[in-house]
Amino acid sequence: MNGIHDMGGMHGFGPVPIEENEPLFHADWEARAMALTVVMASWKRWNIDASRYARERIPPREYLNSTYYERWIHALTDQMLEAGLITEQELRTGEPVGGPPNGKAPLDPDGARAMLRRGGPSRRQVDAPPRFRPGDAVRTGNRHPEHHTRLPRYARGKLGEVVLHHGAHVLPDTNAIFQGEQPEHLYAVRFAARELWGPDASPRDTVTLDLWESYLEAR
Amino acid sequence: MTDDTHHSHKHEHDHSHVPPDPALRVQALESLLVRKGLVNPETLNTIIDTYANDVGPRNGARVVAKAWSDPDYRAWLLRDATAAIASLGYEGRQGEHIVAVENTDKVHNMVVCTLCSCYPWPVLGLPPAWYKSEAYRSRVVREPRAVLREFGITLPEETEVRVWDSTSEMRYLVVPRRPEGTEGLNESELADLVTRDSMIGTGQPRQPD
Repeated sequence: MNGIHDMGGMHGFGPVPIEENEPLFHADWEARAMALTVVMASWKRWNIDASRYARERIPPREYLNSTYYERWIHALTDQMLEAGLITEQELRTGEPVGGPPNGKAPLDPDGARAMLRRGGPSRRQVDAPPRFRPGDAVRTGNRHPEHHTRLPRYARGKLGEVVLHHGAHVLPDTNAIFQGEQPEHLYAVRFAARELWGPDASPRDTVTLDLWESYLEAR
Repeated sequence: MTDDTHHSHKHEHDHSHVPPDPALRVQALESLLVRKGLVNPETLNTIIDTYANDVGPRNGARVVAKAWSDPDYRAWLLRDATAAIASLGYEGRQGEHIVAVENTDKVHNMVVCTLCSCYPWPVLGLPPAWYKSEAYRSRVVREPRAVLREFGITLPEETEVRVWDSTSEMRYLVVPRRPEGTEGLNESELADLVTRDSMIGTGQPRQPD
């Protein structure tokens, strides 16, 4: 979706807010928001792509007025409501009605350690051979889907060169809306800065993005 | 993919009835989830403790220092960073697939995630606020040299600035150049020179005393 999250190339955000000796969290609630988001994924009602998509669907005005962990907690709340883990009424009253799905116990500390250590690998085996190889020239599609995608606006319809093949990975576009993993070959594709930004960019600089096969056309 | 109705792209939930103060909002949410049996509060403490104490840029510094010291490890890291890094015990969430990219006298790598804030947690921990900021996310791909100057780095015109926009689950770790005059240092002393920012590409390693 052409959302506010797709910021690459935008002007007007000012200097990078570098903070010396920055604390890991700026308030206790940020730590709780991070941990709640991580732990609620253990109910397996969504996936990482759906979580990103939930943050992207925060209305642009509110997205920009929110801090990072405010976005997380907003998206987490939406996802829990959509998955039926909580209801609007429970949120309003603070009073739980019923218990966890199937009476299951929540993730315990050992389970959390194991979950963090395991992560969620996105690589998959597919039968189809890769269509491209490092060195191939490709053009990105000029598409503007309404749903989640990982091809940013600034790199659409551009000429680049495949530099790495990462194997096949879960396709975020479908996974984010629960239409299956539909794994595809994934490539690192390098673009000259001038291809992306025009003649004022450095003639030497490049930007490399990871792009799924269906985002690419042979040049 | 636009005909999905349950998980529609529209934003449907009214958040006006939840407290505006994020601290109160998170507290209310945690309390509800704990009382509903969806969250064990001890587990939250474990997760926070993991990223406060166990997982952080010291891990990545150890990887870089080993690559500086051991040519075989360096070759392995550049060929299969996920395995080479896992061999030191660093793996898992937000670092399931890692690529190490090495700075040279011709190429300076730097990492961003313009679409969200993807970052290699097992080796660098949780990202700093500036990495997640609109300014960094919007500018690095378009004017990397101007951003680098804000971090105090000016690169020669001839250097290629190679920006990696983390659009997939691949995570990128920059291997900075080993500082001059560090020939006699052991791995642990070298690791002390490797800063977090040097592994994102917005800093250089410290110079030895």
